[in-house]
Amino acid sequence: MNLVYNTVFYTFAFVSVYIQMFFLVTYIQKRKNIVYSPEHLELGIYPTVTIMVPCYNEEKTLEKTIKSILSLDYQKDKLTIFIIDDGSKDGTWNLMQQYIGHPNIKIFHKENGGKHTALNLGLKNLESEFVGCLDADSFVHPQALKRIISTFLSDHKNMAVAPSILVFNSKNVIQTVQRIEYEMANYVKKMLGFIGGIHVTPGPFSIFRKKVFDELGPYRKAHNTEDQEIGLRMQEHWYKIDACPDAYVYTNSPDSIMKLHRQRVRWIYGFVRNLIDYRRLLFKKKYGAVGLLTLPSGIISLIGFLFLTGTIIFNFIKFIYNKIIQISTVGFGSLNFNFDWFFFDTKVVLFLSIILYILVIVSVIIGRKMTKEKNIFSLSFIYFIIIYSIIAPFWSIVAIYNAIRSKENSWTLEMELRIKTK
Amino acid sequence: MHQPEPNNWNRYILVFFVTCVVFFSAILASNYFTNKKIDQLKSIENTISLDLMSSETQFSLLEELSCKDVSTTVLSSELNSLAEKISYSENNIGTENVDVISLKKYYSLLEIKDYLLMKKITERCGQKSIFVLYFYKNEKCDDCTKQGYVLTSLREKYPNLRVYSFDYNLDLSAIRAMVSIYKVKDDLPALVINGVVHNGFQSIEDVEKTFPQLKTIEKKPAPKAKTTTIFTTPKIDVLTQVKDFINPPDKVEVPVETPKAQ
Repeated sequence: MNLVYNTVFYTFAFVSVYIQMFFLVTYIQKRKNIVYSPEHLELGIYPTVTIMVPCYNEEKTLEKTIKSILSLDYQKDKLTIFIIDDGSKDGTWNLMQQYIGHPNIKIFHKENGGKHTALNLGLKNLESEFVGCLDADSFVHPQALKRIISTFLSDHKNMAVAPSILVFNSKNVIQTVQRIEYEMANYVKKMLGFIGGIHVTPGPFSIFRKKVFDELGPYRKAHNTEDQEIGLRMQEHWYKIDACPDAYVYTNSPDSIMKLHRQRVRWIYGFVRNLIDYRRLLFKKKYGAVGLLTLPSGIISLIGFLFLTGTIIFNFIKFIYNKIIQISTVGFGSLNFNFDWFFFDTKVVLFLSIILYILVIVSVIIGRKMTKEKNIFSLSFIYFIIIYSIIAPFWSIVAIYNAIRSKENSWTLEMELRIKTK
Repeated sequence: MHQPEPNNWNRYILVFFVTCVVFFSAILASNYFTNKKIDQLKSIENTISLDLMSSETQFSLLEELSCKDVSTTVLSSELNSLAEKISYSENNIGTENVDVISLKKYYSLLEIKDYLLMKKITERCGQKSIFVLYFYKNEKCDDCTKQGYVLTSLREKYPNLRVYSFDYNLDLSAIRAMVSIYKVKDDLPALVINGVVHNGFQSIEDVEKTFPQLKTIEKKPAPKAKTTTIFTTPKIDVLTQVKDFINPPDKVEVPVETPKAQ
């Protein structure tokens, strides 16, 4: 039993260190290739772009989102906005009426059918060379579109470019730790971009060449994670996806543990189900980094989390059980605590955990540096590690359980619940 | 037609080697600290061995001395935590580890030597001490865990209660001999108190009821003037041993820890 445990533990630990090291080595080798655009970038050409905004009960945030798109520093005659109401039950459709007649805006209404159906309605009416989506709870930096288009123009093989997503206005500790996580994710995404390993084109403001959809078809429901599915579909057909580290998009993040839990269950559920759908990519060298690194690292993270959580819970229960036995046998007077360094755990697991935590912190620091954060070092690191170590295993467990039972978490339901509690 | 990006195998291999270096550094660091702990255990056992030699020498000279000149404490204060540390090492370094097994055997031998010596001193000098031989096993014995807690608690209450604990399954001829002498059965935990074997779990109340004489050795609150009553560890050099022999330092009796208390 011990041999099995040790074999599993060391395998996971090795792969986890390997993955983190891979990103770090890629960063060291490629850091000079990370391009930051000047404050006011001018493009040689301005291709036509359409930004689709799918809405479901977004009356409170829609105007701000549209305003941020209209404030984009981009030639106005080349920019179109599609606002698509996916059968909202609140005043979203009425609010959208104000944009009738706006030279850059077209509005659409349809029966509720899920985000992918709203996006596909937009794709049917598409006339521009480039297309992107912006969730109605997100806002863009004025230079974001120019910077993304410049990434397309610098490499004609780029078929999609993902932005850097940042948490908008983090007010509490739950949002602060997400901010750290998003910054780290931006670093990882850029490294994956270097090696052709991006498997998600995030909902907020990923921009595609129109021919991606012309050639590969429209969005699919894809277990309510259409942004993961289109990413994997593109990778399957060797369509290059890159990331633009200074194209900032600000998103409203869940502000409570339960909302965060619900969102992550949907994401991880989607990852697991899409992984099953695209399992043919796994460990195939012809699919490059996605098959060899991105998807395997996702699996390792999930199983590793479950394994680690199981170990921690088992040890905790064992400790409590022993203490109960001790107290019930000889009473409370027996609980003496004397510190002696001898009893400080110095097993390999400790050193591997320290190494992994250091690598995670290094990733966060690089992520913050890439995002141009003023305070590179922050106490929030500690919250991030503690909170995610405690709660992340729960959503992993629930998502895997749901994936086994094929119980989907709906985007519509998640938006409804989010609106209700706003 | 889109073409796959070539894999950068050099990077995959480079990262593999870097990870190996990091991984083995973690293993080396762990081994370094584990060896340090084993060295510490060895050092404690050497100290105890010297304590015992010193006491045996004292005992050999007993006939030429009066009882008041003989220390009633053989074990150094460090033995207090030795058993706990060996138990911890069993759990964390491994019960199969050669060094840990060797240390445990040596510890058991020291206990037996101390037990025999203290018994003789008690008989000769009329000390009020009660000896408990405790046999346990590491696996599948929940009662052994509870018995460990009971003995630890009793020892704190009665400092002159001398508990010697032995792993029933330890491959050591001296332990086999004790098992044979006292006819200890495999029904563990087992306590041998003043020569009588008691199989199965014994609570604090059971032990106190069976041995009312424990009350005679109950711990008294220490007078304020004598706050520093910890046993001073004998020095290794012969000169100090001779000095200790002539003028024994103030000591309090420190009982043995139960090695396995989980």
